[in-house]
Amino acid sequence: MQAINIITSTFVPMPMENIDTDQIIPARFLKATTRLGFGKNLFRDWRYYANGDPKENFILNNSAYSGEILVAGKNFGCGSSREHAAWSILDYGFFVVVSSFFADIFKNNALNNGVIPVQVSEEFLQKIFALENGSALTVNLAEQTITIDATGNNETFDINHYKKTCLLNGYDDIDYLLSIKEEIAAFEIKNSYQTQPA
Amino acid sequence: MLSIRLLISSFTYVMAKTLFDKIWDKHVVKTIPGGPSVLYIDKHFIHEVTSPQAFNGIEKRGLKLLRPQNTVATADHNVPTIDQHLPIKDELSRIQVQQLKDNCAHHGVELYGLGHPFQGIVHIIGPELGITQPGMTIVCGDSHTSTHGAFGCIAFGIGTSEVEMVFASQCLLQTRPKIMRINIEGELQKGVVSKDIILYIISKISSSGATGYAVEYAGSAIRNLSMEARMTVCNMSIEMGARAGMIAPDETTFEYMKGREFAPSGDEWDTKLAQWKQLKSDDDAIFDQEINIDAAEIEPMITYGTNPGLGIAINGMIPVTDSIPDEGERKTIIKALQYMGLESGKQLLGMPVQHIFIGSCTNSRIEDLRLVASVIKGKKKNPKVQVMIVPGSQQVAQQVKAEGLDKIFEEAGFAIRQAGCSACLGMNEDKIPAGEYCISTSNRNFEGRQGAGARTLLASPLTAAAAAITGVVTDVREFNY
Ligand code: SF4
Repeated sequence: MQAINIITSTFVPMPMENIDTDQIIPARFLKATTRLGFGKNLFRDWRYYANGDPKENFILNNSAYSGEILVAGKNFGCGSSREHAAWSILDYGFFVVVSSFFADIFKNNALNNGVIPVQVSEEFLQKIFALENGSALTVNLAEQTITIDATGNNETFDINHYKKTCLLNGYDDIDYLLSIKEEIAAFEIKNSYQTQPA
Repeated sequence: MLSIRLLISSFTYVMAKTLFDKIWDKHVVKTIPGGPSVLYIDKHFIHEVTSPQAFNGIEKRGLKLLRPQNTVATADHNVPTIDQHLPIKDELSRIQVQQLKDNCAHHGVELYGLGHPFQGIVHIIGPELGITQPGMTIVCGDSHTSTHGAFGCIAFGIGTSEVEMVFASQCLLQTRPKIMRINIEGELQKGVVSKDIILYIISKISSSGATGYAVEYAGSAIRNLSMEARMTVCNMSIEMGARAGMIAPDETTFEYMKGREFAPSGDEWDTKLAQWKQLKSDDDAIFDQEINIDAAEIEPMITYGTNPGLGIAINGMIPVTDSIPDEGERKTIIKALQYMGLESGKQLLGMPVQHIFIGSCTNSRIEDLRLVASVIKGKKKNPKVQVMIVPGSQQVAQQVKAEGLDKIFEEAGFAIRQAGCSACLGMNEDKIPAGEYCISTSNRNFEGRQGAGARTLLASPLTAAAAAITGVVTDVREFNY
């Protein structure tokens, strides 16, 4: 995983609530066996007609909007546990998702892939939506702040201290879990877990 | 005197534990100060769609599965539900299923793949084989893993990176969720089943109302449910955002488990049983939130929108959008109604539907199919609807035959398919065409879930069965069965 700290970028606003993982990446695109290439099908059915033509009204098809930050309405990422949702967001080029509320599993999946879920107040979210296109936001992970660059208006956000350290250093959970192998083995013995195949 | 009493009460406060806490505490290897806990995982279920990248991941790191005997695999999400004995036609699906086979063989994981008598939807087979047992921690790369919580387990869905973590260490880093208890007391009306209970709860607390919580379901209405009905309730916990759903095990649980393929037997059964009987929330346990529901007020439910929280009683009205005060909610419902082709303020009752899907890990167990048979016996489906019935597992399919239910379904004109997830998520060819309505016993009505443009109305097996005969949204309480 890539280490991540400060991101300053324009953003893509999607002011809808309850954007579920089936919209982020529909099930029919889950047949791949690698983590790559999901970005082209991000929001597939909102982005393209069945024949593959782009839907002009959809924001990702509007070249005026771009950036590394996606801003969405509350309860973002509800639904399925498919990590493909986080992969498609990252593969498309977003490193941060801002919302006023995230579904649990999506939040974990994002963190495990170096995408920062920034949870802001509903009020701050509406401030962002009200900004002119082309405005930049700065997310500072170490400081846990998100700032509207033009006004300096900012808010702090929560992130688990352990996860933050992982993201700042580019570590992942497996590195950590492998480092405590002996403690896991001791736990198994203490609790009489069978450690050999039956 | 006062201070002593205070001391005693704070002492009991510390001692009293919820069911969740009892299981959680037993599985914590260690807690990182200011961070998550390392949680030991007893059982890990995997399937073809969310595991390939995890196998690749550990191979890249030069690792093997730490405890391959604790992982069980099946092929369910993208498998065809006809001609399962033939090679899979869709190339990508075939590759995924083949990779699962290769990965399991290479890493020593037990696979109940296509053609195996134990194959089926992952959340159906775990319980039916007795692999799912009270007190366990269970995970799977699928959000409906909460199903297993019906046995008094901590069971939750995980992403692929987490699948890789369990492969590598048999552990996960998890933050303890808050605990909510939902008490449902009293008797259910005739025509109301467990699917209606959970659709009712979600409609009350919304599709995000339990995010951040593990939910324990309790109360006499839950106690009176069979194991299979309890699984339906726990299954949909994720649809209100809950991390897990659970029910304390009791005689119903033990009765269901006894004699199952991988359930303990002999002396081991007695030892386990004694442990399982301890698995309940202490009387004075404190919950972060408690909700009380009167079972009698629950009616047969149906959804009208594009998230499972947008449900109404079968004879109710779709909300009048103009009178919804919250702007976000109003916009969500307006967008949903647009997609669904439905009108604000109208009834669904009597509306024609084109498809009925009976299946999925929510409602494809033998009891569900018996419910369906009880409604349609001796009747024929409406000629304008297509009915697909997909048993949850090979064992359920066998049982359908043994009980002669297949005859009832065939005579009614239902298409009986082979076990798999099928039109629950439309990954294989079982899809609902764009713009058409489907009453589905599954768990998600998201846009495009059952196929691009498909319009899903979630309901119970009873409601789905009644509509199969009438061809319209029907109140099963007024249906002659
Ligand atoms: S039946 Fe549907 S919800 Fe259940 S495991 Fe399969 S795809 Fe997931």
